[in-house]
Amino acid sequence: MRQPLLALLAKEPAHGYELKLALEQIFGQAYPSPNIGQIYVTLKRLEQDGLVRSQDVEQTTRPNKRVYELTPAGREALRSWADEPSEGPRVRDEFFIKLVLAPMSGLADRMELMNKQRRHYFGIMRSLTQMQADSDPADTPGRLLIEGAILHLQADLDWLERCQEELV
Amino acid sequence: MTRQRWPGKRDTGGRVAPPRAVVSGGLPGSPPRTDTALLRTSGLVKVYRADGVAVQALRGVDFELAAGEFVAVMGPSGSGKSTLLHVLGGLEPATSGEIWLRGQRVDRLSTAGWAVLRRRQVGFVFQFFNLLSNMTVADNVELPALLAGATPRQARKRREELLAELGIADKAGMAPSRLSGGEQQRVALARALANEPSLLLADEPTGNLDSSNTRDVLRLLRRAHAGGQAILMVTHDARVASLADRVINLFDGMVADDAKILPRPRGANGVADVLELRG
Repeated sequence: MRQPLLALLAKEPAHGYELKLALEQIFGQAYPSPNIGQIYVTLKRLEQDGLVRSQDVEQTTRPNKRVYELTPAGREALRSWADEPSEGPRVRDEFFIKLVLAPMSGLADRMELMNKQRRHYFGIMRSLTQMQADSDPADTPGRLLIEGAILHLQADLDWLERCQEELV
Repeated sequence: MTRQRWPGKRDTGGRVAPPRAVVSGGLPGSPPRTDTALLRTSGLVKVYRADGVAVQALRGVDFELAAGEFVAVMGPSGSGKSTLLHVLGGLEPATSGEIWLRGQRVDRLSTAGWAVLRRRQVGFVFQFFNLLSNMTVADNVELPALLAGATPRQARKRREELLAELGIADKAGMAPSRLSGGEQQRVALARALANEPSLLLADEPTGNLDSSNTRDVLRLLRRAHAGGQAILMVTHDARVASLADRVINLFDGMVADDAKILPRPRGANGVADVLELRG
């Protein structure tokens, strides 16, 4: 949550709720709506770290709002974030550990574990392909996000098949 | 969402259910068992022999397909997926076991018997389209109807409906080779559906298509299914398989899993909770 907020503040100063709305608008309907409490907590931490600063803006009919802006240190942090390659996808290892270890303990059969996992993946895949079919063509980030999730899941299923070939 | 009907379906409300066949063999005096499955296999075995070596491609496959059901068959390469589809479509004979289609046992049909059955009951879509290159798109789609005894007028009407539905009405007079892969697969789909088959068999129908053409073909399969078309489709693409009602996983010539697809229950964020951005 830290870098997206810094990136939005690099454009213009904003208060917490505006940042939530901006995230929703930019990433579209596929993006899980960010929790406003989490945004305030993150902003507070960024301020403690000296990456943003804030001031109260008086409002006549409502309580004051706190408007945040980026500090030079925040801009520097954002620049190095943009420069670095992002972490690659991590292997979904919880299932793999289960697959390798559970049969050893006599707790479960490998084929059964894989079938259960595959059914679960297909349920998710169905939801994603349905989302894709229903998605707004104008919502490009949303569509790409769904497609990314589909491709990752496809890879998980392919890997499951490889496990099946080698482990059963 | 309203259920869209496939063009050319009877006007009496969609597909007519196949007659329930009575299966003999019940206990004397007990009511006869009714076979409601559109397709049923039992102990299906296929052995290929080459140079004296026997390879078991199918080792006893049992499954059922209900009328109007859409089932995907998946599994690693060499698991017997394509063999299963070919045997079910009568393109290769089974070594042993039974195949029942609409209550009729079909595994013992002659080549000619299969040809008649395929014409009327079974549509086929292949990965490489298999269109007749020396005929126009229109002729490719009309041919099955003509072979099945339709008048030229009926065949033309059906072809026009199908090509319009599949968005390729303007390609009717062209040779298949002048069409893109996606368009050729749509023609193949029109041809397969020309005789309103009880069962559509599809072997990797999107295997040779890019992602945008894949989406188009999937949309059409989904629509055919919504119109009551039973589909059995072999695919290695999970996106494609996720459209089905059920997925059968073949492994080593046997059914390793056979389960309905249960979409994730929608949470507070809708299905958006499937996705999680970190940053």
